[in-house]
Amino acid sequence: MTVLNFIVLLPILNAIAIACGAPARKSALLSAWTQLALTIVAMVGYRGGFAYGSTWAVAPEWGLNLTFGVDGLALVMLLLTAIVTVAAVWVTPKIEKRENLFYACVLLISGGAAGAFASVDMFFFYAFHELALIPTFLLIGIWGQGERQVAAWKITIYLAVGSMILLVGLAKLYLAFPEGARTFDMIEMTKARHLIPAAEQGGIYIWLLVGFGVLISLFPFHSWAAPAYAAAPTPAAMLHAGVLKKFGLYGLIRIAVPMLPEGAKVWMNLLLVLLVANILYIGLVTIAQKKLDWMLGYSSVMHMGYIFLGIAAGNAIGITGASLLMLGHGLSIAALFAMCGYLRQTSPSLAFTSLGGIAKKAPFLGYAFGMAAFASIGLPGFANFASEAMVFFGAFKAGPAATLDFSSIQIATVCGLWGVVISAVYMLRAYRQIFQGEPQANVATFKDPACSVKWSVILLLAALMVGGLWPKSMLNFIQPSVEALIGK
Amino acid sequence: MNNNDIIPWFILLNPLITAVLILFVFRKNHGTAATVSTMSAFFGLVGSLCAFTLAPTHTFVRWIDMPGLQIPIGVQLDHLSQLMLLVVTGIGFLVHLYSTVYMEHDESKSRFFGHLSLFMFSMLGIVLADNFAMMFIFWELVGVSSYLLIGHWFTRDAAGKAANKAFMMNRIGDFGFMLGILMLWSTAGTVTFKGLEAATGTLTTNPMFLTAAILLVFCGAMGKSAQFPLHTWLPDAMEGPTPVSALIHAATMVAAGVFMLARIAFLIGLSPAAALIIAWIGAITSILAALMATQQDDIKRILAYSTLSQLGYMVMAIGLAPDPNGGPAMFHLFTHAFFKALLFLGAGAVIHALHHEQNIWKMGGLSKHMRVTSITFLIGTLALTGCPGLAGFFSKDAILLAAWSNKPLFFIAWSTAFLTAFYMTRLYIVAFTGKERSEAAHHGHDCPAPMTIPLVILAILAVCAGWKTESYFMSHHAEHASHIPMLLAICAFMFGTFAAMTLYKGKDKEPLSLPLFRNKFYLDEIYGAIVAGTQDVLAYIAAKIDSLISGIVRLAGMAAWGVGFLFRLLQFGNVQGYSFVFGLGVVWLIWFVVFK
Repeated sequence: MTVLNFIVLLPILNAIAIACGAPARKSALLSAWTQLALTIVAMVGYRGGFAYGSTWAVAPEWGLNLTFGVDGLALVMLLLTAIVTVAAVWVTPKIEKRENLFYACVLLISGGAAGAFASVDMFFFYAFHELALIPTFLLIGIWGQGERQVAAWKITIYLAVGSMILLVGLAKLYLAFPEGARTFDMIEMTKARHLIPAAEQGGIYIWLLVGFGVLISLFPFHSWAAPAYAAAPTPAAMLHAGVLKKFGLYGLIRIAVPMLPEGAKVWMNLLLVLLVANILYIGLVTIAQKKLDWMLGYSSVMHMGYIFLGIAAGNAIGITGASLLMLGHGLSIAALFAMCGYLRQTSPSLAFTSLGGIAKKAPFLGYAFGMAAFASIGLPGFANFASEAMVFFGAFKAGPAATLDFSSIQIATVCGLWGVVISAVYMLRAYRQIFQGEPQANVATFKDPACSVKWSVILLLAALMVGGLWPKSMLNFIQPSVEALIGK
Repeated sequence: MNNNDIIPWFILLNPLITAVLILFVFRKNHGTAATVSTMSAFFGLVGSLCAFTLAPTHTFVRWIDMPGLQIPIGVQLDHLSQLMLLVVTGIGFLVHLYSTVYMEHDESKSRFFGHLSLFMFSMLGIVLADNFAMMFIFWELVGVSSYLLIGHWFTRDAAGKAANKAFMMNRIGDFGFMLGILMLWSTAGTVTFKGLEAATGTLTTNPMFLTAAILLVFCGAMGKSAQFPLHTWLPDAMEGPTPVSALIHAATMVAAGVFMLARIAFLIGLSPAAALIIAWIGAITSILAALMATQQDDIKRILAYSTLSQLGYMVMAIGLAPDPNGGPAMFHLFTHAFFKALLFLGAGAVIHALHHEQNIWKMGGLSKHMRVTSITFLIGTLALTGCPGLAGFFSKDAILLAAWSNKPLFFIAWSTAFLTAFYMTRLYIVAFTGKERSEAAHHGHDCPAPMTIPLVILAILAVCAGWKTESYFMSHHAEHASHIPMLLAICAFMFGTFAAMTLYKGKDKEPLSLPLFRNKFYLDEIYGAIVAGTQDVLAYIAAKIDSLISGIVRLAGMAAWGVGFLFRLLQFGNVQGYSFVFGLGVVWLIWFVVFK
């Protein structure tokens, strides 16, 4: 048993214990903090390559084993999982009905996500993600608000279909290797990537792109996201938007980019069109939103476009930037949803017109929300800026130099840069309408949140600032792994 | 790292530490916050004076460092940055001192000083930056501190709106700035200024590309230095407290665009086309802003339009004479910083004494009640209008001399000089002379020492900052080829002053009515219409399309619901149904593996 096994097992076992009647909140908090501590221990002890390996044979004749192991990229994703888990458990308010089941679900999402990031075996990589989706549906359906049943139904069908498309893609990938070389071990698969015939790569890549794309809310498969986040209870929104959605991006970086370089070229222009739609079109949709939770949901969809841009760049700079942006986006959207959840509890409505002047009543919230909003629109000092800049640098470098005859990815980069203007439009407008101005009558009794909410937001913001002020702290983990993956 | 290398790092990090201390430790302790912040600004000034005597140094740490992309965080102390450090910390300290009284009764005094220190940190970062990426980082940070300080009184709707507008206009400029940086980097392979200077050979292989890249970088300067057509945020930024207007929106931050252009003067010199376009944008800004200034009634807004106009002057000078040591543009930036800060602080003293009256037509006769303020304000006015012997005269003369080779630009610059003399004299006569036109004007009084001392110091500098300093900014000494520009400049000063005196002496209300200028050429309305006509309409359409997409998905889902038994099992929260699908997937997978 390695520390990695504990990181995965701990939340799952705790979820079972809580479901069986252990004191819900206390156990969940203890589990989350232990998970974070173990992750940091694992990061401190990391010495390069794939570490903390362990294997249990399941069906060796097919090359199917339960194998765990992490490289630097996976460790950073585990760190994201652990931090957001702590914050999500911490901000959870008093749960009136079936408290134990609620916390069990929250921990199960975390355990599933951690399991996926820690898996070396492709089958279990997929299976752990599925495991995390089920509690997400339950959380939305049982403890959600608004049109929770419609939203839960929608996200269920949507993500189930996406998962099935993904499954086809993964199966096709498995079968593309010649008999005898077939394995589910992603390290082995990456090493043997040259065995995949170039002509077949395009046919596999598109299944993976659409399958993962649905999970990541790639345009036009995005319409599940905003209603689901608006209906989800706060911890579920934080964990799904912050962590679970990164599974798809992580999968693209771990599987599609290194194993199918020829396939990526075939579908490059399609991907560029879709990601530009994610940035510009969804950006405009975000501007049109009139409620905070919907706006945050759409903004999260929009920001996926930048991560896709880094992935499309295909070079070490772009993919490393995309990976760091996964961390930055995960932390910032979790912080925003945490505060949005507090606003929802205390205010009659999240419509911009019914709020106003909250910064005067709740200075902490005004500051913290402002920082998270600035982080999400890519302001220096937070991880999002460093990573977005790297994405832009990488993507621009993927085209020719010293000519005004821009290639398609450079044009996409220009569109992405304009997206930075768009995101400032909706974020600043929302901030002005909610927090600035004279306090409106219906927020007259508004107060700063309790310590649990405060400190979980501070935790998220502090992590964002570490990644932003000292990006090398994270890049030292990500960069060698990315270079190893794309074979530089 | 030796002692000399530590000084620039100290100058840079000192205000950051102060800002963190104030915002996190002294948040409730207003008096301490003001003292700590002012002391830190003083240390910054001392550090900058030391740095001025040092030999050029350059030290850096690696911030992002991977094959193909190196972004250092470095401080580059050289001719250009040494001087700019003095301007920023010098005026910064005086404004801090002034603010201790001006903001005395503000309920968020510590927040104000914390943000002021944050601004100092960001601004000094721009000055010391050794590369484009770092400059961009601090460029964004001054944007944030400006946003925070304009919106200091955020419960007022106008303040929040103005802060947003400033941020947005700058973001639009930064879109071009970032793209320009990407283009230069992708070709030269480096973002450092020294590296770019070494790579001029590669950069000049495609002149069109270089011109485009320079103009895109210039977009950043158009946002930050409020050049037409991105200028409309600056007058609105006057919603912030007056010391902020003096420091950020007159003397330092808005000059950052000019400073950045001076930093890359070696690049601008490589592209005559880019230089000419930059000069024209500056000229257009200077004349339009001067025309708008003639019809404003708010004392701070007149000064804001004047700042716009003078920034246009500097930008024009960069285009006409790009010089690595700054040239006439930096010379004017240097003198302008003192007399414009003086004018704003003087205006602040008036506003403070008159209990927030800002309309010049409700003032009048202030010279009787506010002796120090009115004398220093007069000195500032004369320096700005180009009275011979004062600081502004010399720097303006240097610019007119540079423009002499291009007659259309010279004509615009000369007309601007005339208009400057006109509207500033109008301001002084209406506000300070004649009889009191409101109750408040009777109660005018000079402010306490921490407010008047900065006025006196700045007045002295406004007089003598131009004496014998010009050669500092010129990398090669230019002979005064012609004395005609100087004589014409004196004419512009005299005509403008005389015209305003005859027109406004003893008047109680505006004798001229020029709605086009008064309404700022209706640009705010036009921009509003453009945003409403494009962005808002597009956003509305996009949202409609998006609900259509959701509708189609829902329809497809409903069809599946009706047809397939599969989806009937997929009810919300139905674990069995979901695991059934999951299980089916696994069966499918196994089928693929085993039988195919």
